[in-house]
Amino acid sequence: MRINALIIRIIRQMRRDKRTLALLFLAPLLVLTLMYLIFDSSEAEPTITITGDSTQLTEQLEQAEFDVTSVEQFSTEEMKEKNEHAWLNVDKQKMELTLLNDDPTQAKKIQMQLGNMLATEKNGPGISANYVYGDKDTKIFDTFSPMLIGFFVFFFVFLIAGISLLKERTSGTLERLMATPIKRYEIIAGYLVGFGIFAFIQTIIIVFYSIYVLDIVHIGSIWLVILTNILIALVALSLGTLLSSFAASEFQMMQFIPLVIVPQIFFTGIFPMEGMAGWLQSLGKVMPLFYASDALKGVMYKGFTFQEIAFDLLILLLFAALFIVLNIVALRKYRSF
Amino acid sequence: MTMAITVHNATKSFYNKLVLNKLSLEIPKGEIFGLLGPSGCGKTTLIKLIIGMLKRDEGDITVLTYNIPDQRLLPNIGYMAQSDALYTDLTGEQNLDFFARLYKLPKKERKARIQYVAGVVELEDVLQKRIAEYSGGMMRRLSLAIALIHDPEVLILDEPTVGIDPVLKRSIWRELERLKREDGKTIVITTHVMDEAERCEQTALLRNGHIIATGSPDKLKEKYEATRFEEVFLRAGGEN
Ligand SMILES: Nc1ncnc2c1ncn2[C@@H]1O[C@H](COP(=O)(O)OP(=O)(O)O)[C@@H](O)[C@H]1O
Ligand SMILES: [Mg+2]
Repeated sequence: MRINALIIRIIRQMRRDKRTLALLFLAPLLVLTLMYLIFDSSEAEPTITITGDSTQLTEQLEQAEFDVTSVEQFSTEEMKEKNEHAWLNVDKQKMELTLLNDDPTQAKKIQMQLGNMLATEKNGPGISANYVYGDKDTKIFDTFSPMLIGFFVFFFVFLIAGISLLKERTSGTLERLMATPIKRYEIIAGYLVGFGIFAFIQTIIIVFYSIYVLDIVHIGSIWLVILTNILIALVALSLGTLLSSFAASEFQMMQFIPLVIVPQIFFTGIFPMEGMAGWLQSLGKVMPLFYASDALKGVMYKGFTFQEIAFDLLILLLFAALFIVLNIVALRKYRSF
Repeated sequence: MTMAITVHNATKSFYNKLVLNKLSLEIPKGEIFGLLGPSGCGKTTLIKLIIGMLKRDEGDITVLTYNIPDQRLLPNIGYMAQSDALYTDLTGEQNLDFFARLYKLPKKERKARIQYVAGVVELEDVLQKRIAEYSGGMMRRLSLAIALIHDPEVLILDEPTVGIDPVLKRSIWRELERLKREDGKTIVITTHVMDEAERCEQTALLRNGHIIATGSPDKLKEKYEATRFEEVFLRAGGEN
């Protein structure tokens, strides 16, 4: 019931604060859309040249909105010259795909599309490719958009929950609460649930917008995407409120962004971890967003099941549990119960 | 006389600064007790130790039947902080409602108490306004109303009348006296305004981390051969 009091109060405060609500619900959509547009701007019809036995394939490819050319002879030199996106050489035994890869987004798309198309006919799924530029590890929006979703959930929930509890500290209302019978764990629980409700709504909005409006790839279950993001929000909530006890003002809370948020971005898969020094990789493993992105990318990009991301989810849960306990401990500064 | 509050050898320092030094004090039940002293002498600190919001370094404190800190005490305490701790983005009623819920008042009682305490501090008309639109005096009054919301046995008010106009001040004092007389409440107020001291039945003078004098205002004036209470304070403090 005391927890209820806090939850009701938080909802009332948030409903009055339209700007914060907009920041929470609309800002992530805006930034996601912008990034989507920037990364996807060269969305011209992919051009593909086919050499060899091609009659059947040409039709299929045209249906899939490829700009198809059939020729006898072709080469990578000609590809560069004509800026041809792909070259498929069909032999009796095997197919050979060469991608220009000047735009990794598109190259990946072509490869995926072809892979899917050919998988239904021939034996194994997918198709390997040679690259004119770069290689297959070149990152693309599709691969890190899942992580972006997780990042925005984390960032905005962290900031808003942290600043709210901070306001409660600086305005003296938190200390005032210590003169009422509310217990420390009740304060933290009230905050978690109160803001959790808004974080939940935010998560749903971001996930649905990304998948249904921006059409970000998702192969796995949308429920797993939401579950993962809820855990991310929980970690962000508890970390935000915890760090707010080390900030004396909203400005100081902002200073945690380059300290706590930005470094985590580097370990979310935008930059390949394999290439990093060993100690740097270990550093990434103490960051919640590392596990968050791993899980999201797994579900959305690779179609992982619950079992396959269970470890990541467990780690996120442990992070949240740790931060929640530390939150309750941090309130000991006021009183012992 | 039974004591509502007993403080024995309480010591508290912040970092290296000793604020309360083996302070002992007894506050009787059912009276209006004034804790007096200049700004910065440690009145607020003492009050927070008594409630258990702040940990003391040494000493024993008993309030009603509880050894502080004890969470069972808190439902019996109505506290008004020196600086208004209100949710400025909520209305007066929502603030009262929040605290009423923290004391687990049932819905019906909650409504009735909100109306009653708002009446005491004459805020009925602005209950639907956000605190951001309140004046300083209105915020003080709302803080007092919050202290009364759960009808506590002991009221601890930290400089309750600062920033309140004389007319309202008088009506608040009347209400405090009525609460004491009719409901038998124990009321502890701190102040650095000496004319308020004369309305208290018992007073204690806090200085340099000790209680330097206690007694009724008249007794103290007699003892220090003073005509005004201010003089008592100066003489007790050893300044002429
Ligand atoms: N949280 C704190 N940290 C450090 N010093 C404090 C703190 N609270 C109070 N003090 C110091 O303790 C002394 C007594 O303060 P306070 O109890 O607020 O006095 P009063 O209420 O009588 O004006 C002051 O010198 C003040 O600076
Ligand atoms: Mg004070």
